Amino acid sequence: MSSKLVNNELESESIDQSSKMPRDRSQWLKKLKAVALVAPLFLFTLSVFVVPVIMLLVRSVDNPELQSTWPKTVNALQQWEAKALPDAKTFSLLVIEIKQSRVDKTLFKVSKRLNYELSGMRSLINRTGRKLARIELATPEVLKKQLLKIDPRWGEIHTWQAIKRASPVITSHYLLAATDLRLNDAGEVVAASEYQAIYIDILLRTLWIAFVVTILCLILGFPLAHLMANAPSRWTGWLMIGLLLPFWTSLLVRTSAWMVLLQKNGVLNSILLDIGVISEPLALLYERSATFIAMTHLLLPFMVLSLYSVMKSISPVYMRAALSLGAHPVVAFIKVYIPQTLPGVAAGGLLCFILALGYYITPALVGGADDQMLSYFIAYYTNQAINWGMASALGVVLLLISGLLFVVYIRLSNSNSLDKR
Amino acid sequence: MAFEANTPSINRIAYVGYLTVAIGVLIFLSLPLLAVLPISFSADSFLSYPLSGFSMRWYEEVLTSPVWIGSFKNSMIVGVISTVIAMILGTLAALGLNTSDFKGKALVTGLMISPMAVPMIISALGLYFFFAQLGIGATYTALILSHTLLGTPFVLITVNATLKGFDFNLMRAGASLGAGPVTVLFKIVLPLILPGIMSGGLFAFATSFDEVVVAVFVAGPEQRTLPMQMFDGLRENITPAILAVAMLLTMFSLLLLSVLEYLRRRSERMSVVQN
Repeated sequence: MSSKLVNNELESESIDQSSKMPRDRSQWLKKLKAVALVAPLFLFTLSVFVVPVIMLLVRSVDNPELQSTWPKTVNALQQWEAKALPDAKTFSLLVIEIKQSRVDKTLFKVSKRLNYELSGMRSLINRTGRKLARIELATPEVLKKQLLKIDPRWGEIHTWQAIKRASPVITSHYLLAATDLRLNDAGEVVAASEYQAIYIDILLRTLWIAFVVTILCLILGFPLAHLMANAPSRWTGWLMIGLLLPFWTSLLVRTSAWMVLLQKNGVLNSILLDIGVISEPLALLYERSATFIAMTHLLLPFMVLSLYSVMKSISPVYMRAALSLGAHPVVAFIKVYIPQTLPGVAAGGLLCFILALGYYITPALVGGADDQMLSYFIAYYTNQAINWGMASALGVVLLLISGLLFVVYIRLSNSNSLDKR
Repeated sequence: MAFEANTPSINRIAYVGYLTVAIGVLIFLSLPLLAVLPISFSADSFLSYPLSGFSMRWYEEVLTSPVWIGSFKNSMIVGVISTVIAMILGTLAALGLNTSDFKGKALVTGLMISPMAVPMIISALGLYFFFAQLGIGATYTALILSHTLLGTPFVLITVNATLKGFDFNLMRAGASLGAGPVTVLFKIVLPLILPGIMSGGLFAFATSFDEVVVAVFVAGPEQRTLPMQMFDGLRENITPAILAVAMLLTMFSLLLLSVLEYLRRRSERMSVVQN
């Protein structure tokens, strides 16, 4: 950059000594000023956003538990071929390190981690730890016998393979698990066991809820946006207020309103009971339908605003032309008007879909156990199950999907604005 | 226009049907709040109609409860400080982006806006790891920095949009009349783009004031904000007291919306004057 600048200066000096050189310098100063002004926010975003997201990505493959607690066993297992049981030396190293980690109170971390690889490992390790506490150190052969006496599972290659699989500094376990896959004993990627294969279902459920909500928003939003774009101007202000007021109201307030409306002893049930439509209160809350209704209510303004901005710029001339040429109004509407709204439909639909994918609070409050979306499980694994690897891996899945869709959204809205020019 | 009723009967019916649906959707948007918020004035604790009587007891309960008042204070502290920082950072960056082109400008802009595009739970989890690593998890600093991050894209976007219609010749005019860059900034640029900064700030504040997900991950019990308190309340059991809080929050957002509308009108008027 600076050498280029020097070249430019030399060049300009040879052409015009007096006027061009200061101009280059002032351009350069301007650039410097621009960079200096942008730098604070850029650096802030870099450190408080980019670094945290990178940390999340790293956590999804990070695997420090065994390396830090049982380094010698891990090291010994590296050379192990996994065809027969490890040698007595490995057994004795494991015994020593189990005893040590029990004293250090780090055993629970390892046993929890190993349980992800092979269920039953947690109890095996903890039981072994308890029993080993009473056993004196001896020759490797003796220790091996004692370990086999404590639990016959130590005589299974399976058990040792699980430890070996959980050993590397970097693991694919969480990312595979997040897509219902796992590594088998031979190191091949296979389908996860049935009771662990829940995440594809959660992902599909998340996509499905987002999709239904988007479609509902489109169906409800289209007429309202059309009215707003075509109503006499003295109406537009009022319609806009009717749209923006709920839009600006807190998400929690609107969610709580739905909770009170849909509750068993809530407003809707009591009205229906009074009218006599139903004889017993309906279970409306904590159902999938409640999730759909509340999320549609929350996301509808985004759709209406996206459609409105496109519909407002559609010239009425085309419709008039179609009608004057004898088209039936309905045909003209479908063949002439609707195609012109498609950029708005695509932009609003993508926006609603992306926002809906990340929903956590609303399904958590109005939905049932089967209506929880990806975000809920990320929060669950972080705050309750304390399995950060799994939380991060699910986060990576969500980030990938919404990131891809967002790129499409940006492309789309850029090409829209180009069209308008 | 599509709904001009030039042939009778069928078209008129279709037109009326269309109007009904559109207005119905508008009612769907406001009805939940209109139907539920009056229950906050109920004299008893049932969450349905008819109300047994009018009372302010739930408002009294909320406004004298140290828990609710404390969380309101936390929300105000975090909201105001993070908004001010976001306004400064966002305005400076928007000024920089409009001063001159530089390499990677589009990328830098995209990056600075991205906190708005990424699902809240992703930012929340990343920030949770980040602040835990730094050893400042569950502190005001962590929560304020997080909410600043969420607010900056709004300020950047609104100020950037305001600057697009800004006549940079005014700065040259100021400079040619002998004003230094700082004087030009404070006497010419800032007063003209102030509505943009303020509405960006309002968006940032509203975001912070309504934000639960990141707060749940980053804040500790000491920093419990109003939305966190409300989220917990809604999960345990809903009382008219929560609806009283909801009512107060709705009034508050009405106020914010009116200020925003006022600012929009003002900047519209100013651009008319300029043209």
